[in-house]
Amino acid sequence: MKIVFALISGTLFGFGLALSGMTDPAKVVGFLDITGAWDPSLGFVMGCALLVSLPAFQLARRRHNARPWFADGFVWPSVKSIDWRLLAGAALFGIGWGVTGLCPGPALASLISGTPLIIGFVLAMLTGMWLHDRVLVQH
Amino acid sequence: MNIVVDPLAWQHAAIGGALIGVAAALLLWSSGAIAGVSGIFASAVLGQRTVAERGWRIAFIAGLLIGAALFALRSGGLTIHLQSAWPGMLLGGLAVGVGTRLGNGCTSGHGVCGLARLSGRSLAAVATFMGCAVLTVFVMRLAGLR
Repeated sequence: MKIVFALISGTLFGFGLALSGMTDPAKVVGFLDITGAWDPSLGFVMGCALLVSLPAFQLARRRHNARPWFADGFVWPSVKSIDWRLLAGAALFGIGWGVTGLCPGPALASLISGTPLIIGFVLAMLTGMWLHDRVLVQH
Repeated sequence: MNIVVDPLAWQHAAIGGALIGVAAALLLWSSGAIAGVSGIFASAVLGQRTVAERGWRIAFIAGLLIGAALFALRSGGLTIHLQSAWPGMLLGGLAVGVGTRLGNGCTSGHGVCGLARLSGRSLAAVATFMGCAVLTVFVMRLAGLR
């Protein structure tokens, strides 16, 4: 059942990304270009996503004895501190996002276009993840 | 500053955003997991050796592609205007890969899920990556690279 719901969730997520315009790098750059011709539409994506996710997450956190339907408990991130890794990582991600107009979700979803440059981006992203996990940080 | 006014695009953005919120809520309440695309993708491909740990992650990533394909079938394809040539796409992809692992998340994990948890760490990450992305776009336009 976990797999079925993950598939449904991923499908809704992918459809939402495509419908909202997140899969078009030009729209993403238009949203980030606040000193040019600013296109605010992607602000509605995050705003409306939070309108749904905020109550769902707060209910899971605050309701006494709350448990997911097909798992023993909610998996909450354990790290709480704001350290250099978080900020340097977010900064690096922001630069890559600004250069390409692609973040991981839309990049994976637009693989269906078969565009070589997007396949190249995803392979470079995977290489970066591998570099971090296997070379920079030994677990 | 000029603002592009396009009510139909705003409507699509709002409905698409709400669907993403429903997707994150559904994954949380079914599996107890955070719908962070970078973390799920990295674990599916590079981490988690057991079939059970990998299965739902692979299903979620497959869903991302299926969902986009369903939209493309309905509307005659995805609109993609690329903003970079090969050097930018490869260096940008590398930066996104290292950055999302070092910072433990991307737009979905820190944005849609982290802010919904009211996490201070995620708020700091979102402010940092949004700020850096805005600055990057600004500098690239000044330098005539776009």
